[in-house]
Amino acid sequence: MKIFATYNIKGGVGKTSTAVNLAYLAARGGYRVLLWDLDPQGAASFLFRIRPRVKGGGKALIRGTRPVDDAVKGTDFENLDLLPADFTYRNLDLMLDGAKKPARRLASLLAPLRTEYDVVILDCPPSISLLSESVLHAADVLLVPLIPTTLSVRTLDQLTDFIGGFTGKRPRILAFFSMIDQRKSLHKEIAQTLPAQRADFAATVIPALSLIERMSVERAPVAAFSPRSQAARRYRELWAEAREKAGLKAPTGPSTGPSTG
Amino acid sequence: MPDVPPDLVPDTAGVPPQPDALAAARLSGSGFSLASGARRTTVRRSWLDTFDWRLYRAGLTLEQVVGRGGTELRLTGRDGTQVAAEQFQGAAGDRVPSWPSQLDTLPAGPLAERLASVVGVRALLLVARATSALREQRALNDDDKTIARVTADRMSVTYPAAAQLPERLTVSAVRGYQAQAGRLAGLLAAVPGVTTDEQPALEAVLASAGRRAGDYSGRIDVEMAPGMPAATAMASVFAALLGMLEANVPGTIADLDTEFLHDLRVAVRRTRSALKLAGQVLPPGARGRFQPEFKWLGDLTTPTRDLDVYLLGLPAMTARLIGADPADLEPFGDHLRRSRARAQRGLARGLRSARFGRLGRDWREVLDDAAAVTRRKPTAGALAAASIAAVHRRVLASGAAITAASPPESLHDLRKRCKELRYLLEIFASLQAPGVQWRAVQELKGLQDCLGEFQDTDVQRGELRAFAVQMMDERRAPAQTLLAMGEIAAGLARRQRRARAEFAGLFTDFASPAGQARIAALTRLAAS
Repeated sequence: MKIFATYNIKGGVGKTSTAVNLAYLAARGGYRVLLWDLDPQGAASFLFRIRPRVKGGGKALIRGTRPVDDAVKGTDFENLDLLPADFTYRNLDLMLDGAKKPARRLASLLAPLRTEYDVVILDCPPSISLLSESVLHAADVLLVPLIPTTLSVRTLDQLTDFIGGFTGKRPRILAFFSMIDQRKSLHKEIAQTLPAQRADFAATVIPALSLIERMSVERAPVAAFSPRSQAARRYRELWAEAREKAGLKAPTGPSTGPSTG
Repeated sequence: MPDVPPDLVPDTAGVPPQPDALAAARLSGSGFSLASGARRTTVRRSWLDTFDWRLYRAGLTLEQVVGRGGTELRLTGRDGTQVAAEQFQGAAGDRVPSWPSQLDTLPAGPLAERLASVVGVRALLLVARATSALREQRALNDDDKTIARVTADRMSVTYPAAAQLPERLTVSAVRGYQAQAGRLAGLLAAVPGVTTDEQPALEAVLASAGRRAGDYSGRIDVEMAPGMPAATAMASVFAALLGMLEANVPGTIADLDTEFLHDLRVAVRRTRSALKLAGQVLPPGARGRFQPEFKWLGDLTTPTRDLDVYLLGLPAMTARLIGADPADLEPFGDHLRRSRARAQRGLARGLRSARFGRLGRDWREVLDDAAAVTRRKPTAGALAAASIAAVHRRVLASGAAITAASPPESLHDLRKRCKELRYLLEIFASLQAPGVQWRAVQELKGLQDCLGEFQDTDVQRGELRAFAVQMMDERRAPAQTLLAMGEIAAGLARRQRRARAEFAGLFTDFASPAGQARIAALTRLAAS
């Protein structure tokens, strides 16, 4: 099981769109996928038409009184499950603070799912907190969407330094430019030069496209409702890079197996 | 609570429950709807089990599903939940076993592992085959979220007999939406013309051919009443044994697995014992005429079975080697396999012979005559009481005469008497109190196991010497192989000594006043 996390301290940079589309593409490719919507706003849950509610709230999950797989919901897509958001997740930091080894808690909660899923994607809320730290410790690959500005690159460097201080397992970073506005010359310039200079940058960039915004109307991944679009193509390229970064093996089962009643 | 609600079927064939029609009838205003558009697929389904239904009896169903995505072998529990599965697709497609097959044709993995503990040495055979034309629609809640998949399955059965089944609807809950799917299934089940069906697909398929799962077992289950004529009762017992014998002939000839021959031999042995102990109730001359024929049949099967026992035990014997290397025994294993192949050819010839065909036909005629006999005496109860008491006396006398100095033959002879007593207790089981019968059989079984271990190790030591001589004659006996065989012989001798030491205690228990009182109670009950 490989754990991916979409993470950035800032909001509105395309974390949820990335998490939702990559989860869909991984499942479509035959992996058994769980997407955990950790953001109390519940955008990923909304996109999959799943009510953002977990019985017992985040406290039950963090304390382990409700097993994580008990709260899992099937999406409309084969091989893709979702652990919904819950409004109590806004207090996850406090709940983690009361737990033993809070920075490792998420990893230990996910451990029992190892045989059930090949891929777990954590869609994180925008913050730097105990929850973020726990996510960073659990993840194998951090997917970091960035708006192409000098300041964002500086934030990435700070994140890299922070992870460099970890003892034991450290996630690999795959940053990528997101929401690129082709009309802005600064965006184009940074997006063209930086990925070639740095090993932690994906070659794929995700442009700002109205089709991606349309996901909230269709309530589905863009790769599902418009699979031939530029947006879907870019996400497919990004998933290929993320999979390689994680060293994810080919799935064992078929992408669409025979089914009977 | 199963996650999957039971299937729905129309209560009259020919009124297929169309999901969309059902939706129109029932779902409006319920908060549920069916998504437009259906996924249509056709899959070929084969159900597999052992000849004696080991999977079915363990609450498991093994199904091979062939569709566009490839082939899948799926093992499910009684409530339809998946226990293990194996996919075969693309280039690996040639690995899909053809049936019947032994388990070792399956790739190693969770499925093979789970099956091994239930299937044992038996082969997996095709028990039913059908083609399913599936039409799947998504069921949505008021958020337009898929909460279940409603599948209409039109099944054409092609084996064991051709049949068209009424269309079945299955409501499969999406994970986390079991409660909503259950409510939806309830709404669909309330549509006039639809009934719920608790019967799994395999049982429905078999029922269409007039068969049922679990319709073979190695047990003789003949219901008797104490007052019924013994001739009628014994004719039923012999007919059931003949049925068991004949059921195992094709599998024995085809050499599908070693249990076909084992069950066939059990049927022959029981027939011979019953002929000896209770055959007097058959028409005059029948016993004298058929005893030599069944002895011939028993003898025909012995060489192959003896070699089967050796080959089945070889891995354990190899694992127990201390001085020798397991590889040293390979020439011995090869010798056993060559000898077994030769013995199996002789056995198959015998089972295809005119003599064997005649034996079955003539024996059935005699049994039909015996069943029609109007003579009321002796009764089944009297026969049971007299024969059980007589054999029990013989067991007690033979056992009491055995001392530490007695030759092995005296223990072999006692083993035969014990087997006879066991067969009688089983044949007349329906005339006895089940609890007392069970205790008596268990006590006898302990004694039989000990005597069996003593005799089997004795016979195997003798055979091992004979194998060594044969291998020397054929110049296929390397020194290290003979040494390893010597080590096995020493192990057999140790086991034999242990069995002999345990015998006295077990026999004392069996012959205790409490044990004797149990058999006496059984005979009294049978006669009453």
